[in-house]
Amino acid sequence: MSDVVEKTLTALPSLLSLDSQPGSAKLSSSSKLGALIRGITELTSKHEEEKLVQHELASLKDQVSSPNISMRQMKEAMVRAIYCEMLGYEASFSYIHAIKLAQQGSILDKRVGYLAVCLFLNENHELLLLLVNTVLKDLQSTNLIEVCMALTVVSQMFPKDMIPAILPLVEEKLNHSKEIIRRKAVLALYKFYLIAPNQVQHIHNKFRKALCDKDPGVMFASLHIYLQMIKDNPEGYKDLTASFVTILKQVVSGKLPMDFNYHSVPAPWLQIQLLRILSILGKNDQMSSEIMYDVLDESLKRAEINHNITYAILYECVKCIYTIYPNSDLLEKAAKCIGNFVISSKINLKYLGLKALTFVIQQDPKLALQHQMTIIECLDHPDIIIKRETLELLFRITNAQNVTVIVEKMLEFLHQSKDDHSTIDLVGKVAEIAEKYAPENKWFIETMNTVFSLGGDMIQPDIPNSFLKLLSEGFDSEEENQKLRLFAVDSYISLLEGEIKKLPQRFLQVISWVLGEYSHLRTDLDSARVITLLAKLLDMKQMSGETKTWVLMAMTKLCSGESSISIAQSVCDDYSSSMDTVLRQRAHELQLLSQDSALRGQLLTLHSGSEPLEVDSSLSFLDAFVSEALAAGAAPYKPPHQRQEELAQEKALSLEPYELSLPINMSSSSLTGRQSPTLMSVSSGLSGDSTELSLKGNTTILKLEGVKRVWGKEGYLSRKDPLEEVIQVENPSSPSQPTGTGGTPSDTPTPSATPEPEHGKQQLASSLFIGLGSQTSVFLMGKSDPTAQRIRRKVKTPNSSMAVTERGSVSSTSSAVDNLLCNNIPESANMVQEVTYETPPPYKTELDARLNEDLIDSTPSPVQSNGVETTSDKTESEITDKPRDECSSISLPAKLSGLPHSEVTSLCSNQTVELSACHVEKHDYVLLVIFISNSSDSDMENIHLQVISEQLEVSLLCESPLQDIAKHSMAVCQYLLNVRRPVVHFEVVGMLSYQTSSENQEVEFSYKLPLTSFVRPLEVSTEQYGTMWLAFSNDTKQNLALVTDGQDPLTDTLDLLKKKLGLHVVEIIGVEGIVACRLVQDQPCLLHCRVHGRTLAVWLRSPIPELPDCLLYHCQRVLEET
Amino acid sequence: MIRFLLMVNRQGQTRLSRYYTDVELKLRQNLETEVVQRCLSRSKEQCSFVEYQDYKLVYRQYAALYIVVGVTDDENELSIFEMIHNFVEILDKYFSRVSELDIMFNLDRVHIILDEMIQNGHIVETNKSRILAPITAIDKICDG
Repeated sequence: MSDVVEKTLTALPSLLSLDSQPGSAKLSSSSKLGALIRGITELTSKHEEEKLVQHELASLKDQVSSPNISMRQMKEAMVRAIYCEMLGYEASFSYIHAIKLAQQGSILDKRVGYLAVCLFLNENHELLLLLVNTVLKDLQSTNLIEVCMALTVVSQMFPKDMIPAILPLVEEKLNHSKEIIRRKAVLALYKFYLIAPNQVQHIHNKFRKALCDKDPGVMFASLHIYLQMIKDNPEGYKDLTASFVTILKQVVSGKLPMDFNYHSVPAPWLQIQLLRILSILGKNDQMSSEIMYDVLDESLKRAEINHNITYAILYECVKCIYTIYPNSDLLEKAAKCIGNFVISSKINLKYLGLKALTFVIQQDPKLALQHQMTIIECLDHPDIIIKRETLELLFRITNAQNVTVIVEKMLEFLHQSKDDHSTIDLVGKVAEIAEKYAPENKWFIETMNTVFSLGGDMIQPDIPNSFLKLLSEGFDSEEENQKLRLFAVDSYISLLEGEIKKLPQRFLQVISWVLGEYSHLRTDLDSARVITLLAKLLDMKQMSGETKTWVLMAMTKLCSGESSISIAQSVCDDYSSSMDTVLRQRAHELQLLSQDSALRGQLLTLHSGSEPLEVDSSLSFLDAFVSEALAAGAAPYKPPHQRQEELAQEKALSLEPYELSLPINMSSSSLTGRQSPTLMSVSSGLSGDSTELSLKGNTTILKLEGVKRVWGKEGYLSRKDPLEEVIQVENPSSPSQPTGTGGTPSDTPTPSATPEPEHGKQQLASSLFIGLGSQTSVFLMGKSDPTAQRIRRKVKTPNSSMAVTERGSVSSTSSAVDNLLCNNIPESANMVQEVTYETPPPYKTELDARLNEDLIDSTPSPVQSNGVETTSDKTESEITDKPRDECSSISLPAKLSGLPHSEVTSLCSNQTVELSACHVEKHDYVLLVIFISNSSDSDMENIHLQVISEQLEVSLLCESPLQDIAKHSMAVCQYLLNVRRPVVHFEVVGMLSYQTSSENQEVEFSYKLPLTSFVRPLEVSTEQYGTMWLAFSNDTKQNLALVTDGQDPLTDTLDLLKKKLGLHVVEIIGVEGIVACRLVQDQPCLLHCRVHGRTLAVWLRSPIPELPDCLLYHCQRVLEET
Repeated sequence: MIRFLLMVNRQGQTRLSRYYTDVELKLRQNLETEVVQRCLSRSKEQCSFVEYQDYKLVYRQYAALYIVVGVTDDENELSIFEMIHNFVEILDKYFSRVSELDIMFNLDRVHIILDEMIQNGHIVETNKSRILAPITAIDKICDG
């Protein structure tokens, strides 16, 4: 009763005012919002909707711009605007009012203002800048609700550049007494981490505090940050594994307050989050995984309640168990759990089971066997989604023996599917497995025909490309190649003779190319007949210009003999005046070549083989032309992004304070101007351009290499044992014995009724799961796919990835050599010496000296004698060190020891070998010196040391690769490092393989070096600085701490940066300073610093996108350390 | 990750939409129409997950109202399915027996509740009383 009274009372004000209250669905009839909503509910057509909304927008526009609108009315107007946008009509005039509402409104009005901002604007909208002050004010408010609102909006959207302005306030909130404020502060920091990870790098320890917060909600919020950080860098958080496990244990055993339960399951989404974190931490890490086994077991056991949410947890648990280092007991339980899912009558659960099965089947194909009958049933499931998921699963277990059945099933699905996206996806998959496992030519070509016809013109372009590449490059046996090509030609001829209207453009292009290239193989085929067929294609209405070009090119290749020439001539007449320039050119080519058979013979030789053409992707032959044009006054080339940037800068209002602060630079640069070909832009126009092109060229080449080309004749040849398996497997699946095919009949549901369709299913099962039957062992680690490997003979180089890296390193060596030459260091390849010496300590100095001498001899540049002396002194004092500490006593070659270098650190060691390394900072590059010391009693042979890095170019400085290291001796390798892509810390990984007493061994190691090792001062004048500043497009801004102990904070801070990071201070003017540096390879970065109260506002610019952020990180570190 | 959350009625009219990735206003209308068609065409016996472009739709029906959530493929569909129910239970608690009209007339409030649950495409809070705390506090001030 009292409830009713209360409700009526709360409903009263809403009737009087324009505001609505919870529980009341009625608004006063005079309310404009009410009218709009009523209007919307009564809509019957799209046309009416448009009329209504346009009318509404017009009235809104009037209302919001009226000066006497109250905030309450404004709030209502915003909700109406939200409605209009929700229906798809832009209400951009109201955006600015939403910000105003957030600024001036009280509580609910303010909240709606913030809400409207979040709904209307995207993260890059410039109006967001106007919100910053409001957020700042609300963060400092004494009203907790306002603080909450501000944090909520910040954690959803905030301009990246303004984070420093509010970061201290948000950090402060981490210590607030209310859990809700702490929680929201953590979420805001999470947002900052997502959009600008560098800005919150310094508060990582506060995240830890949040993780340990006494309130579970705050802890849950911090898990979002951790999941993200662990995804980015799993190695950095291994120490937290035990903490996450403890948290999960407590959650699972119900230690949380009751209100965290959902349908009496304790904090399910929290559990899921934790399981995701654990699976990343435990991946490929036995130590961490072992900590988790108990709690995973517990989670599996606890989830006994029959509720969807427990299944969701179980699914996550199973995924985790199969991701981390395997434990057979857990795997068994997880497999059972999946089994229950798949056979469940609940359709959602069945779906999730299939998804889980698809995930785990890569580790353990045997599981598919256990559930084969269920899978077969799912294939015929009325729900298309279940079917689709099943095909996904089958795709993962495809092998040479079941490929035909699986492809048949997929094509069947494709014929029914109407969804473009899934068609494209599935067509790609069919093409992939057909190419990989095709049993014979006929099947392959026919399958690809279906793929091309079904895929239509939406097909991914790499499918026809790789198909043609396969045809042209072929396999190892030339005879087999010809057979495949012949088959393709036959098949296409008959296709063209049939109904050609339905063939998609892409397919026609493939057909034209193949006919042009290979129809000569069929000797009984008259080229005139092919040309006639092709000419017929040209007459089709729906032919695209591109396809016509392909056809014309095919004709050019084929055109010989009188009758063909006459057809070609008439085609040329049609197209030589075409509006399409490419088409016109092809027509002219055809015309010329068909008349001049000698020229044609020269250009298009048959059987030209597959020697790849040498393409100068850098277009260096045009350099002369370019420099001529430049000399004649042409504007230098600018890459599109730079042009766009400049255009944008010219158009947009400049919000940058730079013009005001550095008038000297401005004047000089405005004189020279952006367009004027300064030294910088000319050089970038020439060499920069060509490197970019060559890079582009490289990537295309690499991409082609990467395409799997594993289908081969072998699939056909190696049918010997597959056949045996077929026999073996088909026996048990005969109707008399309706159990499954694998070794685990008990797990298979065995419906005995309806023997006829059952029989069909059994047969289907036996053909689907054939390849899996022979593998009864559980594959705990790695993907086991022996059949695939058997077939994989197709690849030309046995290890294509190796080939690629080798090529990569070769080219980088040559470029490194170029670099060295440019820098006037006549670096002969023997710069790196492979020197051996005995390990026993007493001999060390002598040998060191010898080592030094060797290097002195080989290096032409004079070595500072002091440097050498200090080194030898140092080593002498360390003679007595034990071999264990060897790395500290290893000294650098004399030439290098004078240069700044890092300490020698141990990389790894085992019984035979110890690896240590250090890096030396040279003027134009960084040298990585690796010491390999053989501490065993036997010689190391066949040594192969491979060092690579994602972000660095690594090239070996050595003429002959090292082969052997005698017992108790040592070798030194030097690698030249250059920056490919700047990151905060570079990582170099390597592998050393060697033989000792005919046993093959491998050790892996990694070495980290900071960006600062690559930073060098860049000495430029203020004028040059000004010009460069304007030319660079990538920038970052941040406030840093000032060094405040001295007289002049700015000078002190810059000096510190100069000392620690090797920057060059160009000039200090009043409260501003400009600083410049470069990475070794002449990649500049400019810093503009300005004192702002107690902080230093730093603005970094560079032509390299990643550089400012990375450098900023190090500046921050340096300043924090003091 | 959650890409968007929609509330649509059986006639295909959008009652609430929230996007967690940038989708242009012009494209939203089209996307919503397609999404709704996908979900409406399915029967009760079929599973509550549908493919759409390169991501999955998870939907749940409450009387005439459908709630559809678009997620990326790495998401746990069943947990999203239950999240929808949690959301509805919360709305039910707040409005005491929520109806389509409640949502229409209190669009701002529903959004505020949703903001507490999902941020940046991730589920950030699931505790019912904590999700409702901010909005009830605001209501109290407005009433009082």
